[in-house]
Amino acid sequence: MADTAVKTHREPLFHVVKRDDMPWWKAWAIRAATIVIAFFIVGLLSAAVTEKSFGETYSVMFSGVFGRLFEGRTTMLWKYLQEIAILLCLALALTPAFKMKFWNCGAEGQALMGGLAPIVCMIELGPKLPYPVLIAVIAITSIIAGAIWGVIPAIFKAWFNTNETLFTLMMNYIATQIIAYYVYLKGGGSNVINPVEYGNFPAVGNNNYFINIVVVAVITVIMYIYLKYSKQGYEISVVGESQNTARYIGINVKKVIIRTMVISGALCGVTGMLLVAGTDHSININSVGGQGFTAILMSWLGQFNPFIMVIMTALVVFLRIGVSKVADTALLNSSFSEIMVGLVILLLVGCEFFINYSIKFKHSKKEARV
Amino acid sequence: MDKQPAIELKNITKRFGKVVANKDVNLTAYRGEILSILGENGSGKTTLMNMISGIYFPDEGEIFIDEKEAVITSPKDAFSYKIGMIHQHFKLVDVFSEAENIVLGLEDGKYNLKASTEQIKKISEQYGFELDVDKKIYTMSVSEKQTVEIIKVLYRGADILILDEPTAVLTPQETEKLFNILRRMRDDGKCIIIITHKLHEVLSLSDRVSVLRKGEYVGTVNTAETSESELTEMMVGKKIELNIERNEPHDTIDRLIVNGITCVDRMGTTVLDDVSFTAKSGEILGIAGIAGSGQRELLESIAGLQHLSSGEILYLNPKTDSIENLRDKTPMQIRNMGVRLSFVPEDRLGMGLVGNMDIVDNMMLRSYSKGHSMFLKRKKPKDLAMKIIHDLEVVTPSASTPVRRLSGGNVQKVLVGREIAASPTVLMVAYPVRGLDINSSYMIYNLLNEQKEKGVAVIFVGEDLDVLVELCDRIMVIGSGKITGVVDGRTTTKEEIGLLMTKSKQEGESDNG
Ligand SMILES: Nc1ncnc2c1ncn2[C@@H]1O[C@H](COP(=O)(O)OP(=O)(O)O)[C@@H](O)[C@H]1O
Ligand SMILES: [Mg+2]
Repeated sequence: MADTAVKTHREPLFHVVKRDDMPWWKAWAIRAATIVIAFFIVGLLSAAVTEKSFGETYSVMFSGVFGRLFEGRTTMLWKYLQEIAILLCLALALTPAFKMKFWNCGAEGQALMGGLAPIVCMIELGPKLPYPVLIAVIAITSIIAGAIWGVIPAIFKAWFNTNETLFTLMMNYIATQIIAYYVYLKGGGSNVINPVEYGNFPAVGNNNYFINIVVVAVITVIMYIYLKYSKQGYEISVVGESQNTARYIGINVKKVIIRTMVISGALCGVTGMLLVAGTDHSININSVGGQGFTAILMSWLGQFNPFIMVIMTALVVFLRIGVSKVADTALLNSSFSEIMVGLVILLLVGCEFFINYSIKFKHSKKEARV
Repeated sequence: MDKQPAIELKNITKRFGKVVANKDVNLTAYRGEILSILGENGSGKTTLMNMISGIYFPDEGEIFIDEKEAVITSPKDAFSYKIGMIHQHFKLVDVFSEAENIVLGLEDGKYNLKASTEQIKKISEQYGFELDVDKKIYTMSVSEKQTVEIIKVLYRGADILILDEPTAVLTPQETEKLFNILRRMRDDGKCIIIITHKLHEVLSLSDRVSVLRKGEYVGTVNTAETSESELTEMMVGKKIELNIERNEPHDTIDRLIVNGITCVDRMGTTVLDDVSFTAKSGEILGIAGIAGSGQRELLESIAGLQHLSSGEILYLNPKTDSIENLRDKTPMQIRNMGVRLSFVPEDRLGMGLVGNMDIVDNMMLRSYSKGHSMFLKRKKPKDLAMKIIHDLEVVTPSASTPVRRLSGGNVQKVLVGREIAASPTVLMVAYPVRGLDINSSYMIYNLLNEQKEKGVAVIFVGEDLDVLVELCDRIMVIGSGKITGVVDGRTTTKEEIGLLMTKSKQEGESDNG
């Protein structure tokens, strides 16, 4: 038997080794390089598909995002910031849950429910309540609606240990159908609710999105502080890292799970409010437009750090807007930009592999000696 | 001696990232001998053997078997060279019987349980195994499972046997049985390599000893010509004292009275059965028992982490002289009652600490909730971290290094340091030196002795009977969730404790039969 083994003189070509030792600056250099390469690839592919020159592609992309900024026209820029704000707000909402290793995949539904509350208030109470009261009611109800949608899976997780991923996903479908039904009721058979004039967030200096952007900026800072410096943020980390340790030191794990999902859902609710009362003044089943799922990636790529998440969302939204402008010029539809965004995210996720693992090729010493 | 070399390692190097687990190791094992591989935890013993058994592949160097170069890239290759390894953690299918497990995974296509059973019986007789071939694995004791593993590799025709710390889970009696079997195999011409870090086992069993230190090969000596102190010196790199001090306890008073507690786990098994004992201040109470006999549940019950179905746990508060019942209290309630209870759990990174957090944040685990502020105060935990790093000589790049990056000994120093810093009146430690190097182990023993001197009631769950007998004032033995005896640490013997450890099980078996 031994001779059969002797002839198996094979060696593995390479093997993958986990590494733990990459200095932070090197990791960030790799990420930055990946972003540059990703941009390059996106440019190349866009140029190829649209049969434009490389340079022209980029110029369409930049002007598509920033508009005529240099001529002092800032509308496009504000629109860009607004889209960042919405995606970022969802990512921020998911982050405390993720740090707790509660895989909340329900941002979409929680934001939709958070958007349903304001539209109901605007339609039903709009004519009856004074404006400041209406805004307050909108804020409170949307937060509560999002929180409820977030806490239901948490309750089941805490007491019955159900799988939160499936549960939150399911809650998305329910939310979508509720919205569909409400739109059907109020849209008079059509699939749209006409923009409601009551309870809209005020424009600041001609700028409709100013409030949204400020709100999300404030949430970003608060979330950073909450996660890093508050006792509750610390409890979230401990529960996420090890529930056994949490119990050992006397943290009430159920309470933390519930509380954190209330916060996560409430912030999704806030996003829904920003979309409905602050942006569209209407609602439909695509109001969140899948951003609840993109936000999952944003939270991860931002390594649960709100400020890195700002960079990541800015990047992704830039591509989304820019590439769709490029696609427009060539009469391609928006799928092209989504494919490009997907590609870039894939590259970014892929580069994490090379940060966490290294590939070792086999020693060539042996051949040298023979 | 013209013994045949069975296996030779030449200049073997293996790295895991930055860690050099084996560096330029040269080693020869002959047929008809028992070779011990001795080394502290983390010295690379398991890694080295895993390269022989095909789990890892060396980065550099060659392996020769029967003086011919061999390339072993999988356990299957190893098996074709007749190499069999019994791992530290067994790999058996629980619901199958012994015979099924042994035959399982063989690729010769003839799954003939009957013929195989015959052969298994023959092997058992030849070497003196006592085992019932039809017994299901999940009903077996650890020692029986290990026997199955050994028969499995023999059945597959192994004549080079590697055993990775086989005695770690055995009682003294079981260890002696295993050694007799190994001796018989040696006399049968097999090559036996046994990994261990227990010196007296090396001396009583092996023919030669090879020592590894920090991944490097130190040397090989003939067992007959060496001594414990020489081996320790080879292992550690310097001379050290191997005596644990034990002062007479003074001013002992009852501190913790456990009264008839019973604990039933989720599966409905009684894991603690009417357990009663008293822990006294100023003494170390040892708890001995086969792994998984209820030690963990016992400590967790006291710490407020287990639900009890009966009994009480009384704490006599030295400050107020009041008596508190800790049963059915949460850890937070226990702390708020002013009970100064510290607990070093068995699972250090999974329960005592958070691996991904740095030392400062781990210090905070105990104290973060104090005060009314919403925010954390990191100043005091940081000072404490620096103090522990300094006092206990924790080797770490900084206080902001995640604890999972520290070596086992340093992780344990951080945990024990934190628990002692809470100035406890009761200190419970579970397997506090498991995986630690000799120096760190002795530091932990000294810390426990210091606490004892200060009047703390120390409860020490241990596995190494030599240490228990040397360190503890009283030793309580637990078997299958029952207390089977309490002995005086100064007068007892390992054999007495070993018998008590298996006592309840034998009773249980005769009850059934
Ligand atoms: N799979 C692995 N990945 C990374 N490091 C490892 C791995 N296995 C072992 N090591 C490291 O290699 C060293 C030697 O480990 P090991 O061979 O298990 O030692 P021993 O068996 O002597 O206690 C240790 O520092 C250990 O952390
Ligand atoms: Mg080992």
